Amino acid sequence: MASLWSNLRFRGLLYQVLVVGAVVALGGWLVHNTLVNLAARGIATGLGFLGREAGFDISESVIAFSPSDTYARALLVGLLNTLVVSGLGIVSATVLGTLIGVARLSGNWLVGRLSTVYIESIRNVPLLLQLFVWYGVVTSLPVARLALHPLPGVFLSNRGLVIPGLDWSQGWLPILDIPHLAGFNFVGGLTLSPEFAALLAGLTVYTAAFIAEIVRAGILAVPKGQTEAALSLGLSRGQILRLVILPQALRVIVPPLTSQYLNIAKNSPLAIAIGYPDLVAVSNTAINQTGQAVEGVALVMVVFLGISLALSALMNWYNKRVALVTR
Amino acid sequence: MSRPLSWAKANLFGSPASSLLTVLTLALLWQVVPPLVDWALIGASWGAGDPERCRAAGGACWTLLTERHRLMLFGVYPYDQHWRPALAVALFIALLAISANRRCWKPWLGGAWALAVMIFAALMWGGVLGLAPVETSQWGGLPLTLVIAVLAIAVAFPFSILLALGRRSGLPAIRAVSVGYIELVRGVPLVSVLFMASVMFPLFLPEGMTIDKVLRALVGMTLFTAAYLAEAVRGGLQAIPRGQFEAADALGLGYWRSMRLIILPQALRLVIPPIVNQFITCFKDTSLVTIVGLYDLLAASKAALNDPAWRPYFVEGYLAAALVYFCFCFFMSRYSQWLERDLRQGNR
Repeated sequence: MASLWSNLRFRGLLYQVLVVGAVVALGGWLVHNTLVNLAARGIATGLGFLGREAGFDISESVIAFSPSDTYARALLVGLLNTLVVSGLGIVSATVLGTLIGVARLSGNWLVGRLSTVYIESIRNVPLLLQLFVWYGVVTSLPVARLALHPLPGVFLSNRGLVIPGLDWSQGWLPILDIPHLAGFNFVGGLTLSPEFAALLAGLTVYTAAFIAEIVRAGILAVPKGQTEAALSLGLSRGQILRLVILPQALRVIVPPLTSQYLNIAKNSPLAIAIGYPDLVAVSNTAINQTGQAVEGVALVMVVFLGISLALSALMNWYNKRVALVTR
Repeated sequence: MSRPLSWAKANLFGSPASSLLTVLTLALLWQVVPPLVDWALIGASWGAGDPERCRAAGGACWTLLTERHRLMLFGVYPYDQHWRPALAVALFIALLAISANRRCWKPWLGGAWALAVMIFAALMWGGVLGLAPVETSQWGGLPLTLVIAVLAIAVAFPFSILLALGRRSGLPAIRAVSVGYIELVRGVPLVSVLFMASVMFPLFLPEGMTIDKVLRALVGMTLFTAAYLAEAVRGGLQAIPRGQFEAADALGLGYWRSMRLIILPQALRLVIPPIVNQFITCFKDTSLVTIVGLYDLLAASKAALNDPAWRPYFVEGYLAAALVYFCFCFFMSRYSQWLERDLRQGNR
């Protein structure tokens, strides 16, 4: 027996059998309990509920939706809302973050200091708190009749943010559709609901602080000699940035940037706290109505795993393109 | 040229573009700062009073904090017992300050934390030493935030070391289980994990067995934090040279002893900064328990602003809550930077 115990291969096998056995036993116990509990409460199992009529309305949606549509379509609406806010958030956070990261490195003391204050104060406060503030600000804006009008065609009111849009209905050339006030509301243009505007602003401002630090680290990682060498080759400042610094900085920037993009997608469900109907919010309504918590939560997790994997794959492909090619 | 002038020339007016930037920024600050000072200091209402007082003053309503800070800090904990959560918070903060000192990194510190958690529980729960019992459903505010953060980190940390070791293990089944767990958890939002914890845990357990709401959120936070911490620890394990493993083998140490005596002490030391960063994230993430209906600092602040008369002053209320979060997180991040420098010196 003792010799068997000191056999490393046997011991490895034993450990593995024990761990896998424990995981399987735990999983089986949980599944058994869940089935017993569900049966005791008279809750159906399976994905059959997806085909049934949802019966609730969704306040905003990219595709047409009415309460008589199915749960599956309601979840699709939620997913599209999640994708829209994450996609726009990624673009705007990248732009703002890059600007602030570069500003922090600028030789100008005042600009550098202000960027530092921005980064430190935003990073150290929870996103959810910031979302509450944004939502409070957006909903306490004046009524449409007294809307703020910072730029031509842009209106800020408690109905949300109204911006000029493109009208494709008049043939194949789009016409700029500038909104104007008619009665108590706006006509024309694109309207972002208060919830959407608050969520997008929150995600952008919060993630930009992290992206700024990543951009700064990336630029600092390029040795000074590279700039000097490029200068002595006679390149202009713009050319140096575009041809020498950026390609080398991107190698350092892209991997952590990927995880920030994933964070935007994974933070977007905070929408539920301010009432934007994203995937998690819609699935929660579905769970409350059907009681099928296991299926609802599992669906959300599978979808988010899918989003994470797709985004990682995309960024890994891009990372390979910018990565250093060695022999 | 005097020193301030030459400094300004170098740092504010170094080039035409820089000068333009300085002028533009100053113009912007001129637009923003005076109204801000006017709002926050000159036109603000201070001291006790009612919302009427704030409306009359027109500026920031710091009266809100005088009137409502106890609700924000301690939630719906029985009002006449507020000294108990206050004492519990003071205990945690004192211990946090002691733990920051590297000279105190001895085994007794772990014992001190265990003792602190027990005293915390006794103070908050009551029912002993003549303290009136208080249900966890009445816990709230800063003590709840602190206890969730501290316990989630304390339980997640050893678990994450096991996960990281599992991921680096040569045994394929153990590696698969660890990788599966880490990647699954890292792929889903914390909100989903917390929902699963609050909605599905009651379903997972045998009939008749119930689990406290705070404990459910705590388990969710722990499972989530462990996956991220495990990745930080793995970074440290990967940075240990192969020779260290081989030397441990050559000494005849078994797996657990070589890990405990040779590998982990070096690996963990390397990854203290990312681990502290993960602590900061965990502390900020505790605010998400608001969504599953617990009254942590954020939810208690929100509740304090629920009164329609106070609601217009939400900015002041959230600013105060943000300041509390900021103090903790900023201290931790500065500390991690200092520690990184300090440890690097030791290596030389």
